[in-house]
Amino acid sequence: MYKLWASAYKEFLLLIRDLGGMAILFVMPLILLITITLIQNNTFKTIKDSKIPILFVDNDKGSVSQQINKGLTSTNAFEVINKASEQDAKDLVFKGDYQLAIIIPENLSSDLEIKVNENVDGILAKFGVEEELEPSISKKNKKKEVKLYFDPATQQSFKSSVKNGIDRVISGIEIQTIYKAFEAQLSDEPSAEPIFDTNSFISFKEIVPESAKNAIPNASQHNIPAWSLFAIFFIILPLSINMVKEKSQGTFVRLRTNPVSYATFLGGKTIVYLGVCIVQFILMLLVGLYLFPVISLPEINITGKLPLLLIVSLFAGLAAVGLGLLLGTVFKTHEQSAPFGATLVVILAALGGVWVPVFAMPKFMQILSNISPMNWGLNAFYDVFLRNVGFSEIIPEITLLFLFFIITTTIAILYNEKKIAV
Amino acid sequence: MITINQLSKKYKDSEEFSVSNIDLVIENQEIFGLLGPNGAGKTTLISMLSSLIKPTEGSFTINELTYKQNKNKLKQIIGIVPQEYALYPSLTAYENLFYLGSMYGLKGNTLKQLIEQHIEILGLTEFLNKKILHFSGGMKRRINLIGSILHEPKVLFLDEPTVGVDVQSKNAIISHLKELNKNGATIVYTSHHLNEAENFCTRVGIIDHGKLICNGKPSELIKQEEGAHNLEEVFIAKTGKELRDYV
Repeated sequence: MYKLWASAYKEFLLLIRDLGGMAILFVMPLILLITITLIQNNTFKTIKDSKIPILFVDNDKGSVSQQINKGLTSTNAFEVINKASEQDAKDLVFKGDYQLAIIIPENLSSDLEIKVNENVDGILAKFGVEEELEPSISKKNKKKEVKLYFDPATQQSFKSSVKNGIDRVISGIEIQTIYKAFEAQLSDEPSAEPIFDTNSFISFKEIVPESAKNAIPNASQHNIPAWSLFAIFFIILPLSINMVKEKSQGTFVRLRTNPVSYATFLGGKTIVYLGVCIVQFILMLLVGLYLFPVISLPEINITGKLPLLLIVSLFAGLAAVGLGLLLGTVFKTHEQSAPFGATLVVILAALGGVWVPVFAMPKFMQILSNISPMNWGLNAFYDVFLRNVGFSEIIPEITLLFLFFIITTTIAILYNEKKIAV
Repeated sequence: MITINQLSKKYKDSEEFSVSNIDLVIENQEIFGLLGPNGAGKTTLISMLSSLIKPTEGSFTINELTYKQNKNKLKQIIGIVPQEYALYPSLTAYENLFYLGSMYGLKGNTLKQLIEQHIEILGLTEFLNKKILHFSGGMKRRINLIGSILHEPKVLFLDEPTVGVDVQSKNAIISHLKELNKNGATIVYTSHHLNEAENFCTRVGIIDHGKLICNGKPSELIKQEEGAHNLEEVFIAKTGKELRDYV
């Protein structure tokens, strides 16, 4: 036990003597967290508050194009800039000056009206209210295309959401036009009270869990667990580098001649680096609690969750340290450990659902994500942060994290024993 | 006493034995110098005796203990001064020695006094709380030595302990080693400084191509070799003038 304490003390001294390393260890994850949350929060705000400038070419100049323009403006997502020429709009978008140009075709209003009237007349004729129409008229009325030009650099997700938005606006206009056509056919007086209630009958309402009513998740609630976990796992980098350094400076060779087990050597490192993980997590929570509100980011709510959050961070830290010990044991040079460690963390984060939610991944990747300790950690954090569960619900995840630590550390010890055989 | 029986080592990636069938007995309180050109097998032999690598064939005992049966007990009675400095540059001399002493179970005032005692003998008292980072080669060598003798080992292995140091540091190291030997320690050391070995060792062994060519008191070896006036001439006569570069 005394040797373990002495090893941990040595690790602690090595850590605090490297001020640059300490700064990187603690400050960089905080910068990462703040940057990501600011970006994500602003993206969210973009939809709500700020407007994306888009070009609008109205070749129709009718009521439908006006309604589309009005509809786009009213979403508060876009600042609609009118352009006269399709070519100009196209050039500006393809140069990257604008994200999107919408081209409304000629005679859209009149043709839509004709088409709708045709359909309404057809329906009424079936009921014997109107005379049957000549079918030749509908054939003349070709389908209309609203053209969308996107900047080639625009992301697919943005394209999809814009397309959906425009589709919704156009569908609304079509429905309104149909209602109006029916009203015109059925009512003798144009100024009479509307027959149809044209407002949407079906609307959406998000139901949050009873226990979470006071804490509806915001960007911070989502980001702090995800990026804290990312930072915790980044500990494998300095830890494995520390171990490789011991080999290159010869201290590891001396240690092998001392009457001390490799497990004790690893134990000293585990204690200190686990402490680093927990301090890192606490710093992230403090940033979420006190710094985020100051820089206009949503504040996090950890009321009653702190003990469970610390438990999850402790076990996630153990898993990360175990992996670091294994890499540090296996690798011989910085050139091996640093790039491999960094890439591995990024892969584990991607698999774990830090960037893209697991449910949105392809089936095969979803299965693969089950083997990422970051996935277990993230689920445990979300359980506590967002789903408001108790200790018993996080037992499966923290057990997996602990097993991961045991397995990686055992492999490291066995590998070291084998390596001594030269 | 160190008893070596038919000890051999062949590395996995090598076709030849680095150490081949060595038989040797080193008595208690001897200062045994292991001499040989580069790549002769000195470090490999010392590494086997200090548990860093496993022998391919043969066996050895140190004070009748073997690694297989008494690994920790054996590690407790031996001290190894490696060729590298094997110190933490960002820690002070005291912190380095405190850690190394702790690994042998030394603690509290006993450890503190031992550190101060050795530091004083080797003339480093004023640098005790300075980081190793700023130490000269000679100072590092002395700290390296102290780190291996704090637990008062019965057998001390030194792999070129005076390489790259100034005359003053070399003298301080050699005198301290003589003092330790006087107090009962058996010393096995490798060196390329043949003049130093001639004066320091009670017995030397010349090793080449993994084999022990000869061993005996320096004065006896000089006497036995026709025309030799010192150990260096014996060494050249036994190992030749051919350059020994190896990778």
